[in-house]
Amino acid sequence: MNDGLSTIEQQITSDYKYGFTSNLEADQAPKGLNEDIIRFISGRKKEPEWMLEWRLKAYRNWLKMEVPDWANIKYPAVDFQDIIYYSAPKQSKKLNSLDEIDPELRRTFEKLGISLDEQKRLSGVAVDAVIDSVSVATTFREQLGELGIIFCSISEAIQEHPELIKKYIGSVVPMTDNFYAALNSAVFTDGSFCYIPKGVRCPMELSTYFRINAENTGQFERTLIVAEEGSYVSYLEGCTAPMRDENQLHAAVVELVAMDHAEIKYSTVQNWYPGDKEGKGGIYNFVTKRGICAGVHSKISWTQVETGSAVTWKYPSCILKGDHSIGEFYSVAVTNHHQQADTGTKMIHLGKNTRSRIVSKGISAGVSHNSYRGLVSVAKNASNARNFSQCDSLLLGDRCGAHTFPYIEVKNNTAQVEHEATTSKIGEDQIFYCNQRGIDTETAVALIVNGFAKEVMNQLPMEFAVEAQKLLAITLEGSVG
Amino acid sequence: MLQIKDLQAGIEGKEILKGINLTIQPGEVHAIMGPNGSGKSTLASVLAGRSDYEVTGGSVEFLGKDLLDLSPEARAGEGLFLAFQYPVEIPGLSTINFMKTAVNEVRKYRGQEALDAAEFLKLMKEKMNLVNIDKNLLTRSLNEGFSGGEKKRNEVFQMAMLEPRLAILDETDSGLDIDAIRIAAAGVNAVRSKENATLVITHYQRLLDYIVPDFVHVLYNGRIVKSGGKELALELEETGYSFLKNEMNIA
Amino acid sequence: MSTINIIKDKARELGTTQADALQPIRSAALASFDKLGVPAVKHEEWKYTRISQLFNQSYKIGTDTVDSKLNWELFRLPEFETANELVFINGVYNAAASTVRSAGLVVLPLEEAAKGEYASIVSKHLGHSAEYLKDGINALNTSFLVGGVFIGVNRSTEIEHPVYIYTINDGRAENVFAQPRTLVHVAANAGVMFVETYGSIGHADHFTNQVMEVVVEQDARIEYYKIQNDHAGASLVSTTHFRQVGKSYVHAVTISLNGAMVRNNLNMVMEAEYCESNMYGLYFTSDSCHVDNHTIVDNAKPHCLSNEYYKGILDGASTGVFNGKIFVRQDAQKINAFQSNKNILLSDTASVYTKPQLEIFADDVKCSHGCTIGRLDEEGLFYLRSRGITEATAKSLLLHSFAVDILEQVKPDAIRVYIDQLISERLGSYYGNAYPI
Repeated sequence: MNDGLSTIEQQITSDYKYGFTSNLEADQAPKGLNEDIIRFISGRKKEPEWMLEWRLKAYRNWLKMEVPDWANIKYPAVDFQDIIYYSAPKQSKKLNSLDEIDPELRRTFEKLGISLDEQKRLSGVAVDAVIDSVSVATTFREQLGELGIIFCSISEAIQEHPELIKKYIGSVVPMTDNFYAALNSAVFTDGSFCYIPKGVRCPMELSTYFRINAENTGQFERTLIVAEEGSYVSYLEGCTAPMRDENQLHAAVVELVAMDHAEIKYSTVQNWYPGDKEGKGGIYNFVTKRGICAGVHSKISWTQVETGSAVTWKYPSCILKGDHSIGEFYSVAVTNHHQQADTGTKMIHLGKNTRSRIVSKGISAGVSHNSYRGLVSVAKNASNARNFSQCDSLLLGDRCGAHTFPYIEVKNNTAQVEHEATTSKIGEDQIFYCNQRGIDTETAVALIVNGFAKEVMNQLPMEFAVEAQKLLAITLEGSVG
Repeated sequence: MLQIKDLQAGIEGKEILKGINLTIQPGEVHAIMGPNGSGKSTLASVLAGRSDYEVTGGSVEFLGKDLLDLSPEARAGEGLFLAFQYPVEIPGLSTINFMKTAVNEVRKYRGQEALDAAEFLKLMKEKMNLVNIDKNLLTRSLNEGFSGGEKKRNEVFQMAMLEPRLAILDETDSGLDIDAIRIAAAGVNAVRSKENATLVITHYQRLLDYIVPDFVHVLYNGRIVKSGGKELALELEETGYSFLKNEMNIA
Repeated sequence: MSTINIIKDKARELGTTQADALQPIRSAALASFDKLGVPAVKHEEWKYTRISQLFNQSYKIGTDTVDSKLNWELFRLPEFETANELVFINGVYNAAASTVRSAGLVVLPLEEAAKGEYASIVSKHLGHSAEYLKDGINALNTSFLVGGVFIGVNRSTEIEHPVYIYTINDGRAENVFAQPRTLVHVAANAGVMFVETYGSIGHADHFTNQVMEVVVEQDARIEYYKIQNDHAGASLVSTTHFRQVGKSYVHAVTISLNGAMVRNNLNMVMEAEYCESNMYGLYFTSDSCHVDNHTIVDNAKPHCLSNEYYKGILDGASTGVFNGKIFVRQDAQKINAFQSNKNILLSDTASVYTKPQLEIFADDVKCSHGCTIGRLDEEGLFYLRSRGITEATAKSLLLHSFAVDILEQVKPDAIRVYIDQLISERLGSYYGNAYPI
């Protein structure tokens, strides 16, 4: 076993393969946050006056708010004045084509395995790439444009589609929703915008890759997806960050709007740098994601595979306002070493005959803590609401924790709500059985964990499922000996 | 191929095997019989390398190697297969996926190239026919919700897939009706050859009607107290194990 | 002056008039109440139970003198003739009204127990619940530690007769604020059964803030039944805090049928290996009744087993709250903990808030929880009606069968029949003389 141990150690030390930094020249704001910084950001982005006003209003609200402390996570207080709120890779001029992208930046994306090259159509995924704070490239735009689909960075959308942004920004996550949403509203620097017109089924997966690169940078992206009547879109989000000793802040806001008979499928593979095995460094991930099923028979489905970040605070939610609307949440959250995750969802049933489904699989290893926190709320007039929740925890090792905090609030007697949860560990007999068939322990753990998480993995688009499976295995390497 | 010398082992400080001696040659079928608690399943577990059991003395040589020095997966790689008395369930993991991983891990151990999807499927089809197992069973989560017979048939299928040199069947007949025993035994017989050997552990003689042994050993109180040909099994069936007590007392 | 200030003044006054061994505990609790205040809905444990509104009216403080000729007997439980009976009036133990029959059962005023042979037990265990209930309500009770009772069960004694505890408020003239306090010590290998019930005389509003702390030693066995069926102006915070300090067995059933705002805190702290506890509850509410069951199972040591099963039937504009917490501490391996909460909503104005919560710090554990909320089973109703049973009777039958799981956990026949009768009467009032017992 001694040999085995050293191999495992090697794997642990090499496990975060995205931990490189790129030597990109960046155009940065000075450290700290005040109204001038917000004006600086807005100015850099050549935003209209109303956008600046909106940001300032959010900022003034934020000043009055307190850092939330109810989540089951512990971390040193964040010094919000010690963060750079705007950092853009320097590009000499507006790009006419992707060929003009800084070759260093291009290599960054190649290392990440993201194809920015429109020639490589094999993958069939349209990508918007956000590095540090700024969207640097969006692929397949023209082709999507022919269908009337808008897929661009939110900065461009503010200038080119102000009527849509004005109408929808902050409509699902109000600027005063919570501390981090308010902060994001004040300082968001970029993100993606998708608009799917009436009756259009988006023919390819839309994807955004986020990467934090510059030091001491916060990333505050904002994503807005609007699906008009009868439309469909599947959207993927991936994230990586370099390995750094200090903690970096990520506070995103995602808003989804689904009209009558529209469907939005939003998948995330979150792989921010989790810190080293002593718990040093890593990303603080405080994200507000919410979708509204505004129309009848609309559907929003969140799928997330959370393997990264030192601290995760994230509850992708659905407001089921339209009658017969459907909300889904499928989640796998893996924590190892000193990682902490407090994640879950809210399903707010407002319309009639609404349905929701929650499948959450938490896997804890090392000395990590993994919490599921969820709310199922059935309002007084939401007749015939249905919810089914399944929250399972798998423990690897006796120094980690698994926690479940489901809140269920029902004010209508026609509701039917069911919640089930289990906690278990990987059985030694299961591992031995695999060993006896010639499978080593590491592989056995990966097989068992993937089996445990299968129901969620099946929800991911193919391109992501493979990556997500590998990530699970990498995250847990060395956790069972 | 297998030489067990004075093997002593126990669990949590309790001695169960008190000096086992057994030699198995390629092509042979051995049966180990004995009453409950005599140490039959302990022997199977120790040979497969279950870490709960502690070996306190003796040696086991398998194909020229010190078996006790190998990890469970290396033993599998060397060609030792244990059909579990209680096959384990793994929710969400299909038997196909499980077997694909196992076959390729074992091939890697043996220095062979991994099978690609097409080759694997071909091999699987061939073995499925051999042991007469339904494909639907293999696409379901490993052993989850399987009937007793289905679990045992799955064990035999896995044995066929991994092509072991020595297969140990730990009470493969327990809890099965005669039809299920016949099907499982037919599978075992289908993969028998001159190069490989089988060790059948059972409480009852009836399995040995279908898997005919060359040698029968009686395990009692941690020792092999009697060895003979297949007729010994029949004798035991008629007289039961009670004679052991008398014989042991005399001895 | 606000009610809270009046209460605080009263507590401060106690500090000057009561010079007994409990005074340091009282003043520490008062300081803590000063700091914590009455929990607002912002307090996670009081999210759904707006306790602060109870302090908007004035009360007669329960420690004031009482009318000893009170007719509390009408609340007596079946077979009281052979039972031990302990009576609290306006939160103060009334020795004259109480009867202690069983040998091996010791009942003493807490002040007295704090200085005699039980002094070390009192100092060790009194106030332990504050470690789990860090809120002003618990501190408030302790700051009024007067007229409380110590109940001791001697080693290896099986208390033959049940111990009935009556918590009675005299509301004929004015609103009452009562704060009974009990410390129970069940010594090694002893066995005892408690049945607790609540009653009001007169129609004024009450607020009873009760704390009972129970210490269970090695091999001891306790059955504990609580029946809450007070009038619609009676509010109650009833805290029962079990501390299983040795391998022991606790079986608790809480039945809540009426009241204004009822909050039960039931804690099981398993401080020894191989402890077992069972917690069952039934709440069947209507009108504007609010019942909140908060439970904690804290597995601090390995090999413990707990079962928790709460069921609710909610009618009218009533509200049910269930919050079940299971903790499994680090190294508390081989724990089995099961929890289930099922609710039926009968009306479109009733609500349910449920939060079954697991916090697991050990890996070799089997824990599960589940909850359901729904209507009366339509299929079942149809099935019964298709066999010729009227809708009213069918509903009554189905609800009774829903409650039966919990009823069956009430082991003494007389008490079970008594509770069954209360439930059947309630069903009868809904659906006519529907359910024949």
